[in-house]
Amino acid sequence: MALPEVKQTATEARLSAMSLPDAGCTRAAREDALARVREMGLPGRRDEYWKYTRPDTLVSPDVTPAEVFASDEPVMFDGFDRLKIVFVDGVFDADASDDLSMEGVTIDRIEDICCKDIHWAKELYGVLEARGQQPVQRPLAALNTAFARDGVAIHVTGKPSRPISLIYRHGSETSDAMLHHIIRVESGAEVTILENGPAASRFNKCMEIDVADGGVLHHVRAQGRDHQRRAATHMFTRLGAASVYKSFTLTVNGVLTRNEQVVELTGDDAVAHVAGACVGDGDFHHDDTVFITHDAVNCESRQVFKKVLRNGATGVFQGKILVKAGAQKTDGYQISQSLLLDDDSQFLAKPELEIYADDVACSHGSTSGAIDDTALFYLRSRGVPVKEATNMLTLAFLAEAVDEIEDQSLASDIVTRLEGWLARRS
Amino acid sequence: MAALDQTQVKEGVDQETVDAVREVGTYKYGWDTDIEMEYAPKGVGPDIVRLISEKNEEPEWMTEWRLAAFDRWSQIEEPKWAMVNYPEIDFQDQYYYARPKSMEEKPKSLDEVDPKLLATYEKLGIPLKEQMILAGVDGAEEAPAEGRKVAVDAVFDSVSVGTTFQAELKKAGVIFCSISEAIREHPELVRKYLGSVVPVSDNFYATLNSAVFSDGSFVYVPPGVRCPMELSTYFRINAENTGQFERTLIIADKGSYVSYLEGCTAPQRDTAQLHAAVVEIIVEEDAEVKYSTVQNWFPGDENGKGGIYNFVTKRADCRGDRSKVMWTQVETGSAVTWKYPSCILRGNESQGEFYSIAITNNYQQADTGTKMVHLGKNTKSRIVSKGISAGKAQNTYRGLVSMHPKAKDSRNYTQCDSLLIGDKCGAHTVPYIEVKNNSSRVEHEATTSKVDDDQLFYCRQRGMDEEEAVALVVNGFCKDVLQALPMEFAMEAQQLVAISLEGSVG
Repeated sequence: MALPEVKQTATEARLSAMSLPDAGCTRAAREDALARVREMGLPGRRDEYWKYTRPDTLVSPDVTPAEVFASDEPVMFDGFDRLKIVFVDGVFDADASDDLSMEGVTIDRIEDICCKDIHWAKELYGVLEARGQQPVQRPLAALNTAFARDGVAIHVTGKPSRPISLIYRHGSETSDAMLHHIIRVESGAEVTILENGPAASRFNKCMEIDVADGGVLHHVRAQGRDHQRRAATHMFTRLGAASVYKSFTLTVNGVLTRNEQVVELTGDDAVAHVAGACVGDGDFHHDDTVFITHDAVNCESRQVFKKVLRNGATGVFQGKILVKAGAQKTDGYQISQSLLLDDDSQFLAKPELEIYADDVACSHGSTSGAIDDTALFYLRSRGVPVKEATNMLTLAFLAEAVDEIEDQSLASDIVTRLEGWLARRS
Repeated sequence: MAALDQTQVKEGVDQETVDAVREVGTYKYGWDTDIEMEYAPKGVGPDIVRLISEKNEEPEWMTEWRLAAFDRWSQIEEPKWAMVNYPEIDFQDQYYYARPKSMEEKPKSLDEVDPKLLATYEKLGIPLKEQMILAGVDGAEEAPAEGRKVAVDAVFDSVSVGTTFQAELKKAGVIFCSISEAIREHPELVRKYLGSVVPVSDNFYATLNSAVFSDGSFVYVPPGVRCPMELSTYFRINAENTGQFERTLIIADKGSYVSYLEGCTAPQRDTAQLHAAVVEIIVEEDAEVKYSTVQNWFPGDENGKGGIYNFVTKRADCRGDRSKVMWTQVETGSAVTWKYPSCILRGNESQGEFYSIAITNNYQQADTGTKMVHLGKNTKSRIVSKGISAGKAQNTYRGLVSMHPKAKDSRNYTQCDSLLIGDKCGAHTVPYIEVKNNSSRVEHEATTSKVDDDQLFYCRQRGMDEEEAVALVVNGFCKDVLQALPMEFAMEAQQLVAISLEGSVG
């Protein structure tokens, strides 16, 4: 079907300002991705999948400038022994980064893949993104596959001793960054990936993660505090038998954030947990869009999303569990909750289930409301001042999402961030 | 059921059980009445719209209203977002108007009504008292009714064939008649309210209905009146290749109360038939309306052949403060269902409730749910939806709960449960939740599960066969909704649950 004219014009306007990188062996994947973008068109206001989030500023050829924010907080994950990979405005910074060699893992830059002719990388680049275009289209991810110039290819073959930390720094007020990472976790291997920082004024990130049978991947992300930045991120994950994927995202501020997680459980007994905590104030729009497909027996998936909103902030949750025919014994759980601290904020949710197998236990819940007066009264009657009591209840509300992080020290780092936000706001 | 006819009945099973199972095994209402019909030419266009209007002896403003709707309809496209698949409908290959020939001259009394028609209603099990009236027996109106009284408006294909208890209702000031009669007799009410809840251009099917609706029911309950009996409309599609487009308008004026029941059946045919109805309910201050539906249109055979395509727009507007509306639906029929009875909670402290059981078996597809739009302060809504999917059927709950910024201190509770019987069917949930103030609370829960093996084992152990056991468990699963139905409907619905799942196990 031909695209509506408005959409086609918008898409071509964006594409005309871009050129495909001459990227050797990923060239074919990039050309395919470009064809996909042309076929789907970039998202528009009338798209059902963008019902609650306006994609205009993510799509337009021009970047809305965003001030670089100077934080006085200690750097995220600073106390951890980790392998640092730094990108400034979406470009790899070798000086700021650590030596990329570590036992149990091979790390290459995307632009090196073609020269080195790395098999696994060629077989993954753009592949999971293309798979993730069905049944819902994600044109911004295809745009990323086609045009991203930087990123890393991480091949995990053992159990590296340190987490791999991707650090995104924001340098220029008009930066428009695209990063594409691919990660392959081999059978029995285990790795922790950390991500933090605001990246750029406009950031489009795509991550393709392939976890082989028995592999384990932990992912903890903190999206930077820059208030004016805009970001659209996609994570495409394919899970083999008995593999484990656990992802947690913290978002404090950002004028527009759209985080998409597309997870496919293709091997029996696989486990996927996707969680997020976001706290937003004022001109803040945060969108978590999750699509989990169960295509094997006895798999487990969990989605836990918590949002605290105030001063007109908007929180969006679109989550879906698709259980394909034959994916028996599936255990699917999804919860999305919002705490609205005042009357101007809003929460928009679309928690979906699509189920084609009978022997499953799937449930979802979604709630929205203010701080519980009874709980507040309880605390106050015991001498806790109202501000402190509110903060305490807010943290308790977010705890269920934070608890999804297995590493306790990482979790406490996240809680520190949340406490910082509450302290600034109260 | 042929299989059952051939099986040797085991010793110890009494004949009554066998007969009962045999009876419920088939679509009971699948026969058709051989009656002489008068059709308008096939297809739809301004001429047909004018013809329908003319047949109903409508005033000019009504004809214009219809034509404007038709004009709008020609410009809009059929919606494709629902999770239902069906072959392209050729809207020009349908009859838009069919009525029994005996109705050509409006019968002065009901005994002029074709006896075959009355026999049809007898077969459908419409209570005897009404039959006497439909048959025009002298003094029937005065005769004491057996048990609880229910006034019935019967719609056969495109026209209303008779309304019972009209005199008694009149005494109470309640107007209950066919919509065509209301357009003639009470134009001021119809003009004021028609299209005020479901606007002409609301959606594709509602717009088509606005252009070609042929009949339906009209209810007006004056201020402060508690309607003395339950009102009921019985819809029957009989003619082949005929679309039924009925329009129902219910107005509950200040402080009034009415309970309204709707039932539908259709003959068993190979070709799919179209049904696109619109129901509008206006609830004024302190008024309450209960609307219960048992939808049992022909669902198609076990191979997915035939059946009714049911595209219905139902909406209630709680305009006044403290008004209340309750939708209860049992959806067991139709090949394709597309139906979202909604509540606009405009008045402060108004309440909307939605209780639904949707059962799909064989190749049936249902995409149904509700919309609760909270506009007024302190408004409350409750949604309980039970979807049961068996065979190769697809069952979707699609709903919206919207709390507008001004709807302070409002409350919603939603519970949608799905039950899957067999591994070839699907159950889906697509809720939209929009909360735009913080004093309101919204809770949504959904679960999907299969019939519990332990429960089945327990029932089997006590001598029930598998089908009976499943029916019992499913009835338990639906309990919350069945309890919300008026007595007569609850009994019928319970039996329907068993019938609809016939052949789904084993």
